[in-house]
Amino acid sequence: MLAEALAISAVLFTIGVIGVLTRRNAIIVFMCVELMLNAVNLSFVAFSKLYGATGQVFVVFVMTVAAAEAAVGLAIIISIFRHQETVNLKDINLLRG
Amino acid sequence: MGNEFLPLLYSFHFYLFGLLAIAAALAFVTRKSPVAAAMWLITTMFALAALYVMMDAQFIGVMQVLVYAGAIMVVFVFVVMLLNLGHPSEISDIRGKWGRLIAGFLGIALLAEILALTRDPMDLRLVVPVIPATVNGTGGIIGGVAGPLFREYLLAFELTSILLLIAIAGAVVLGRKRSAADAR
Repeated sequence: MLAEALAISAVLFTIGVIGVLTRRNAIIVFMCVELMLNAVNLSFVAFSKLYGATGQVFVVFVMTVAAAEAAVGLAIIISIFRHQETVNLKDINLLRG
Repeated sequence: MGNEFLPLLYSFHFYLFGLLAIAAALAFVTRKSPVAAAMWLITTMFALAALYVMMDAQFIGVMQVLVYAGAIMVVFVFVVMLLNLGHPSEISDIRGKWGRLIAGFLGIALLAEILALTRDPMDLRLVVPVIPATVNGTGGIIGGVAGPLFREYLLAFELTSILLLIAIAGAVVLGRKRSAADAR
């Protein structure tokens, strides 16, 4: 099942990349990043079946980092929305607040 | 695996949940409404949780449902709601005849399978053999993950707590109302 799991992981990661590159909504881009993290987690779990439980430990770390990233990223999006009234990445082009 | 039936059943469900994950991910990137996209992403995460359980990572599967589908995605949906970004016309749509047919068939088939497997004592041919790579000694499934986590990776684990603390502080500071900063 390792080859199939890695193939599913690769397809999911590619879908996530396509979403990041094509979507304009900042929240959906964020969700695509989460999808890519999930795809990597699938690879970790698939390899942990071969090489022991260390891969699952890394999945726990990835989940923690994803939670932290989601909290901070969404707070930034809320902050930008308060300032500019949009979450469209095309309209967010100023570094100056 | 000493029989022919188990690998077939296993492969069937592996491909089923794999295809479900990929199909839901494709639906996710093509939705216009953020709320509909979030629901499809949650479907992907549930399918991935099923794959984790099938690959002897039961603890990770539970964490996937609790943390990813249960906590992170709720934050996403909450922010979409807070910013009022959902398109009402797309959220309330019900799929066409084929969508309903596939969803109903899949749901009823999986439910019937659960009922059939839990009603009788488990057929010995269906009991998945335990892989010793992830279950070492008496620790069980969680012990296999907790051992390396609290021995080799203890420093990383402690650093993670600092990361979470920083994330909480950052989220509070960034999410604060602008007027509080202006008043200073």
